[in-house]
Amino acid sequence: MLDESFYQKADEIIANHTKEERSLIPIIQDIQAEYRYLPPELLTYVAKEIGITDARAYSVASFYENFSFEPKGKYILKVCDGTACHVRKSTPIMERLRSDLGLEEGRQTTDDMLFTLETVSCLGACGLAPVMMVNDEVHSTMTPDKATELINKIRGEENE
Amino acid sequence: MNRIKSRTDLDVLKKDGQAQIKQKACRLLVCSGTGCVASGSEKVYNKLCELAKNHPEIDVVFSAEEAHEADGECCKGCKGTSGADDKKSVSIKKSGCHGFCEIGPLVRVEPQGLMYTKVTEDDCESIFEKTVLGDEIVHELLYHEGEKEYIGEDDIPFFQGQTRLVLKRCGHIDAEDIHEYIASGGYQSLAKALFDMKPDDIVNEIYESNLRGRGGGGFRAGTKWKQVASQQEKERYVVCNGDEGDPGAFMDCAVMEGIPHQMIEGMLIAAYAVQAHEGYIYVRAEYPLAVKRLKLAITQAESMGLLGDNILGTGFSFHLHINRGAGAFVCGEGSALTASIEGKRGMPRVKPPRTVSQGLFAKPTVLNNVETYANVPMIIENGAHWYRSIGPENSPGTKTFSLSGTIRNTGLIEVPMGTKLGDVIFGIGGGIKNDQEFKAVQLGGPSGGCLTKENLDLSLDFDSLKKTGAIIGSGGMVVMDQHTCMVEVARFFMNFTQRESCGKCVPCREGTTRMLEILQRIVEGKGEPEDLDKLLVLADMVSSTALCGLGKSAPLPVVSTIRAFRDEYMEHIVDKKCRAKVCDKLKTYVIDPQKCKGCSRCAKNCPVNAISGEIKSPFTIDNTKCVRCGVCMDHCSFDAIYID
Amino acid sequence: MGFMTIDGKQVEFTDEPNVLSVIRKADIDIPTLCYHSELSVYGACRLCTVENEKGKTFASCSEKPKDGMVVYTNTPRLMKYRKMILELLLAAHDRDCTTCIKSGECHLQELAHRMGVTTVPYKNRMTHHEIDASSPSIIRNPNKCILCGDCVRMCDNVQAVNAIDFTSRGTSATVAPAFNKLLNTTDCVGCGQCRVVCPTGAISINTNMDPVWEALADPDTKVIAQIAPAVRVAVGDAFDLPQGENVMGKIVNVLHRMGFDEVFDTAYGADLTVIEESEEFLQRLASGENLPLFTSCCPGWVSYCEHRHPELAKHLSTTRSPMQMFGAVAREYYKDPANNEGKKILSVAIMPCTAKKGEILRDESKTDGIADIDYVLTTSELITMIKRSGLMFEDVELESSDMPFGIGSGAGVIFGASGGVTEAVMRRLADKHSRSEMETIRNSGVRGGEGIKEIVITYQDKEYKAAVVSGLANAEKLIQQIESGECNYDFIEVMACRRGCIMGGGQPVDAHSAGGEARAKGLYAADVNTQIKKSNENPLVQSLYDGLLKGKEHKLLHRNFNKPSQ
Repeated sequence: MLDESFYQKADEIIANHTKEERSLIPIIQDIQAEYRYLPPELLTYVAKEIGITDARAYSVASFYENFSFEPKGKYILKVCDGTACHVRKSTPIMERLRSDLGLEEGRQTTDDMLFTLETVSCLGACGLAPVMMVNDEVHSTMTPDKATELINKIRGEENE
Repeated sequence: MNRIKSRTDLDVLKKDGQAQIKQKACRLLVCSGTGCVASGSEKVYNKLCELAKNHPEIDVVFSAEEAHEADGECCKGCKGTSGADDKKSVSIKKSGCHGFCEIGPLVRVEPQGLMYTKVTEDDCESIFEKTVLGDEIVHELLYHEGEKEYIGEDDIPFFQGQTRLVLKRCGHIDAEDIHEYIASGGYQSLAKALFDMKPDDIVNEIYESNLRGRGGGGFRAGTKWKQVASQQEKERYVVCNGDEGDPGAFMDCAVMEGIPHQMIEGMLIAAYAVQAHEGYIYVRAEYPLAVKRLKLAITQAESMGLLGDNILGTGFSFHLHINRGAGAFVCGEGSALTASIEGKRGMPRVKPPRTVSQGLFAKPTVLNNVETYANVPMIIENGAHWYRSIGPENSPGTKTFSLSGTIRNTGLIEVPMGTKLGDVIFGIGGGIKNDQEFKAVQLGGPSGGCLTKENLDLSLDFDSLKKTGAIIGSGGMVVMDQHTCMVEVARFFMNFTQRESCGKCVPCREGTTRMLEILQRIVEGKGEPEDLDKLLVLADMVSSTALCGLGKSAPLPVVSTIRAFRDEYMEHIVDKKCRAKVCDKLKTYVIDPQKCKGCSRCAKNCPVNAISGEIKSPFTIDNTKCVRCGVCMDHCSFDAIYID
Repeated sequence: MGFMTIDGKQVEFTDEPNVLSVIRKADIDIPTLCYHSELSVYGACRLCTVENEKGKTFASCSEKPKDGMVVYTNTPRLMKYRKMILELLLAAHDRDCTTCIKSGECHLQELAHRMGVTTVPYKNRMTHHEIDASSPSIIRNPNKCILCGDCVRMCDNVQAVNAIDFTSRGTSATVAPAFNKLLNTTDCVGCGQCRVVCPTGAISINTNMDPVWEALADPDTKVIAQIAPAVRVAVGDAFDLPQGENVMGKIVNVLHRMGFDEVFDTAYGADLTVIEESEEFLQRLASGENLPLFTSCCPGWVSYCEHRHPELAKHLSTTRSPMQMFGAVAREYYKDPANNEGKKILSVAIMPCTAKKGEILRDESKTDGIADIDYVLTTSELITMIKRSGLMFEDVELESSDMPFGIGSGAGVIFGASGGVTEAVMRRLADKHSRSEMETIRNSGVRGGEGIKEIVITYQDKEYKAAVVSGLANAEKLIQQIESGECNYDFIEVMACRRGCIMGGGQPVDAHSAGGEARAKGLYAADVNTQIKKSNENPLVQSLYDGLLKGKEHKLLHRNFNKPSQ
């Protein structure tokens, strides 16, 4: 069971939108922004509040890549694998990050909940390919070494 | 912020704004497009502001947002001129994308028109001391090509070859300040539309201009508007497709970030033309900056009476909402996009009914993309006749492209339709990076195709491109050199469409999966001679039967690369070779006997014992055992191992 | 209106909604896997793709017919595409066809065979999903799902339940409840309409044939069966008998030969329901409480009401459904050693309905802690059993059902069609029982296939408003209207399945495209042939009230919805 505070937060968020089907995506985007994931209980709760079935709400939420029912790390690393980045070798960056973070195939989040590693299809900074994003911040002309550096820097800051 | 209640108010505001800009002894425009931000332009901006604050002798105006945080006012510009006459007046602003992302962060200095490139925090001091306080040029920050130094933006070859109409303001005005947009003549077209034209006139003007949708389809915008305007149903919507999902395309991103008001003005004109009172902008989730700027722009336009109820005192109202995408490429397809706004799964639906009759919430809907709307104000301003004078008869106007890949000058460009492909790549783009050989250019992203040397004379317009089997698409142009494997590129795109398939119709869901399976096999060296036929047969089926445009065009990258690079496919399949040396499993590792010292380090590290030899004499690799992992190469201290 | 050319032949069209229907009108069975005329056009399977004279291809299900259109449906190119689509589907499908419950009736299998798929040229990419047998009504086997979405649209558009929906996307897409929960933890009402439209074995009936076979073979068990009205007009479908023909006599015969000791008629139970429900209606009219009265013989509807409109539960009739009444009475009857002959009693109900399988498990379906019914077999299961037993159904003689519960009135028989319960109550409440009186009731608008029917019930010269609803989405619509005050009624009959039990989730599906017209006809014909038109005039029922039931009416014939089960 989720703590009552989650439902209060959800109520606050729902209050910023209308209670109808069209508000589903904006509401759960806001919830995910709050908790860095979408707690399943809250999806069911939102569905009930805006008058749709939980099957429909789950159907919608599971369609879009951005929604995660599992908690995500504090830092979400998105390595761009758009055409421009791909042509300029983004794959080795991804591989390096995987090995640096100790994430084998199929796992996205580190055990310490610090990092979640994802790919994204284009960040709109193709001129500076390859790029990656740490939360909302874009880092340009990346190399595997620069990626390692970035991770170490964040880790260092976290340990302070 | 004062509401603009009439056309006169708007004109006054325009003149005031222009006067204020003129009054500034120095204007610093720090590029704040996604590209430059990624290169650190935020830091540059902050540093410049910090320096300015330490100089009480000058009067500084910051970017809208900065002022907003400081004193609750949206922008100091609206407070009228301030400061004593003896103070030097400086403004530091955040502009939209200039397009030349490669050399960012960019700082434009007005009125001198200087363009500083690759500016870092450390450079700010000298910019401030020399240029702001002293009217000197910091030469080392100017753009250089070889020996030649370029002072202003317009002199740089990258910009010289362009015709910037849609992007004219982009990079030249504060992206976060409506006053600067108004001062640059913004919202004048809206005023013209509202006061001088009837809705039908506007529809006709757009129709006559032959403006074609910039989102990829190239459908005549005026036809859509006409159809919506003629519907019985009076509840109508105007929707902007800002879900620029094609990897390698960022033109719409730049427009939304850099000139959000221009796009909003276009939507307003569309809304008035078809008498719609609600509008939606659907923006990709991956464009947080665009969302931020659009939100700010909407808030500003609303508070000034340019959006919302009783616009410019005419009684016309239009409310604009922003919906953020949630990570689904398919939402770039019209019916999937409207479904997503409705809170549903973003799956395309069968047509008819078409969007113009039953679009968003099953009501008549004008759905155009960002660039299309951004074209509208200038068509209204200058007329359809003027617009048709640019570019070819059937594809008038300009088109923005994002140049990326292994090209020298990457960035955002705008050229008249009909410009030769070669002129873009070798003129504006400056040719291939590191003097490599041009191999191909991929247009239109996952729905497009590859063009080669033979196509360099091709005119970039909707119809000419269609004939080649490529499409103009939304305008992503990814250039590739000989180090790019075309089979791998095809696999990459197929992987993309397969992953992004909504899964609704069988041809797309299962067909792309099988095409990917075959391509995967080929790049792994397990290709079979009949694979190419299998691919083409599947491609034909998917193109002929898929439900939506994205599905139908999904096989294009494969078909076009097979057509142009069949040899390369056959090398992968028959010779098990990748000439670009990209495909891991097709690399042949060889030890150069001249360089090998016989230290045995490679042999010790080889996971499959494929390397043998006697100490102190050259080792050899048994290619039948080799799994192409590359470990030997990483461990060789003498650079003796290479890929053949 | 206009003409189009289909494969070179001129075909006239009038108000056909799409090119597909015009093609089918021209006697071309163009293949589809996601098209149902009652559901919205989905356009996912693409099998109905055709081409025009210019070689442009389009899906015929979603294209409007236009005058002068030229369409080719069977060019080599199209046949190649169809075959490929089927191959692709099969390559992502659990292909244990020979042992699949749907084998022989599977639409995918049939089309693959028709289109000449002899090998599947791809590696099977199916990812294994758990089979969900948690519901007593239906089994979900996602490994057989081809994502046509028919079940989703049925569950949502027609039934307003939306217990299942698409999840994820692309090749990971499935159809499942929220968070892939088990079906029995959702709002699923067990109506089985998803199974009716499912072209493959992805949704099937949760069968109970095996324990019944065992009991039939056990000499120490007396197996009794009751046969619901709608069953007798559907079994014939499976044996090439005319659609809608009443084959009750044949069913009784084959059941006897299979080893059922006694075969009774649920119409008898329906008569009890009519008597009790009419009484309750009069009582509520007198007291003015809990009106409108909602009928409660449909377990799908009861379940829907409890999940989605608990505020209306007190409006549900407390009378048990015909099946349950019958079950309770039979249990009571067989308590007597003279009747049970010292044997264990196994009570089987043969029903057109999958939700009935859930109904017998409810607490209020038990008397003194013992379930009134042991097993529910659907019509489809009965057909399977007949086929398995090898009996030549077409040829068997007619037999009459057994006493003392073998006769139902005409009013009891018409329960199987939407409006039947209401008509039976109207007959019960009518003062007279003349031909003309019955005629008036029949023509009151209570019959017919419409989803929502409004009628007036006359009782002692006063008029009461009634509504007859079938399909839960229609029920939902009506409830919304009532709750908003748009309309009001005194009596509302609700059947979860469109057109009532004749189109229930346990029925054979062939006739569904014909809309069940023939089945309704069959039931009304049976009514015509019965002398007893009113439930209260059934002599067997009368003697029951005077004997066995005395003092136990409430215990055996009613239940209390205000105390939720479990």
